[in-house]
Amino acid sequence: MKTDERETVSRAALPFDPERYRRDFPVLAETVYGKPLVYLDNAATTQKPLPVIEAISRFYSKENANIHRGVFCLSEKATQAYEGARLKIQRFLNARAAREIVFVRGTTEAINLVAHGFTRSVLKAGDEILITHLEHHSNIVPWQMAAENSGAVLRVAPINEHGELQMDAFRALLNEKTRMVALGHVSNALGTINPVREVVRLAHARGIPVLLDGAQAVSHMPVDMQALDCDFYAFSGHKMFGPTGIGVLYGKEAWLEKLPPYQGGGDMILNVTFEKTIYNELPYKFEAGTPHIVGVIALGAAVDYLTAAGLERIQQYESELLAYATHALQQVEGLRMIGQAKEKAAVISFVLGAAHAHDIGTILDREGIAIRAGHHCAMPVMDFFKVPATARASFAFYNTRAEVDLLVKALRKVQEVFR
Amino acid sequence: MSELRELYQEVILDHNKSPRNFHALPAPASKSDGYNPLCGDRLSLYLLVENGSVKDIAFEGSGCAISKASASLMTAAVKGKSVRDAEALFEKFHRVVSGKGSEEDLKALGSLAALAGVAEFPARVKCATLCWHTLHSGLEQKNTTATSE
Repeated sequence: MKTDERETVSRAALPFDPERYRRDFPVLAETVYGKPLVYLDNAATTQKPLPVIEAISRFYSKENANIHRGVFCLSEKATQAYEGARLKIQRFLNARAAREIVFVRGTTEAINLVAHGFTRSVLKAGDEILITHLEHHSNIVPWQMAAENSGAVLRVAPINEHGELQMDAFRALLNEKTRMVALGHVSNALGTINPVREVVRLAHARGIPVLLDGAQAVSHMPVDMQALDCDFYAFSGHKMFGPTGIGVLYGKEAWLEKLPPYQGGGDMILNVTFEKTIYNELPYKFEAGTPHIVGVIALGAAVDYLTAAGLERIQQYESELLAYATHALQQVEGLRMIGQAKEKAAVISFVLGAAHAHDIGTILDREGIAIRAGHHCAMPVMDFFKVPATARASFAFYNTRAEVDLLVKALRKVQEVFR
Repeated sequence: MSELRELYQEVILDHNKSPRNFHALPAPASKSDGYNPLCGDRLSLYLLVENGSVKDIAFEGSGCAISKASASLMTAAVKGKSVRDAEALFEKFHRVVSGKGSEEDLKALGSLAALAGVAEFPARVKCATLCWHTLHSGLEQKNTTATSE
């Protein structure tokens, strides 16, 4: 056994201690209304650890220059840092090559890029795009637009009362006209983990590509592009402890080669004349203009941080925290959980007696507890469960059982008000 | 808890639980819709205006306690009022719930003053005003869905 393997084994044997990591997140020490902040809106955005904050500050303080063009020292350093981050993300995802990693603004832009490319080079009238009833609006609307612009038809695979994809129905919807299957790896509204390997297997058996919206997965479990074998994978930096405004589209090389550029401009070209432009190679073909350089570098720092903490350990800890929270919330009278999939990430969506989600949100806020109240950009999911909105507590590895206890206590205050 | 108590007063909770004028009105009453897409609050307001006065008013919909209670209190407050007085009341109400109201405004609100606590909760002002924006667009006979977001 090599030394580093031994270290990994011994660290993995220790119980996961969230307190050790909480210290790295300055905002977690904040108070609101004089109470310690209990941050349970991680599905909306996660907090940032010091290495990420420092990476931003360091770049702007010491290294700032544009990339891919300057001949001077600072620009070369900036370029190295930017491309170094791409390599980190390639390793993080176990992608085959760095050119399969495209930097975009976030999950939404990544999906729009693919939907736009499919509209221009793949979809024809009568073709079908298959999504699921669980999708976030960002994995519905771009495909609606693609369908509208190409004459293709959008099909929706149904879910059951636990908030799980109905696989038989999904299988039945795959046919010779299906040109794309797009679905979330993990549902943001309910936490359902979709059987994505099975989905990819079924789709590929018919030669259909699969796009996975990984926004809610990448910070909670190891994701491996070669093992998943999906054709596209989209996620946002800010939901994995990195900055807002930066995200990643992973695409298999053959697909990225096939799709046309999303935007035109600097950096995405090899040669420009007024008659014709030759596009740059991958991944630069999709990175027009000066990118969010510091965002990419700070995302690299977030990846380092997550890798050091260990995603398998994070997944294990969060699943224990979810079990604890699920049990604790079930003791709250009148609380109904929405979505109870067997395979579930640490997200609990619920309604509580006569109290509307917004009223719950306001009362919890005064206790220092931040949760999301609303439709979670997944209105079809709300319609399915016949609720106008839900309250949602979504956890990260820095959340603790003590915070779950505070949530339960605060929910009893909601009950007092609405008794 | 004191600001919360101020927000969720008995009057509000009562109107949330048993909203007044919570039903549809038949024609010739007009119907206008209000919708806050970000939070999902939704209501339909039925309005019967005769000789420049609100002869009858009712609503249906779903939303948080603040939006429902506000709509209920509003229907009770403007029924029988002239259109002009109803619009003037909206202005005063809006000032009070956004924290810009005077003592005089507050006095003029009558039972609507129960919603004054909303001023301490800026994120909830839109909940309290959705019904009023819907009333305004109904009185102006606009055919668009009103919103307060």
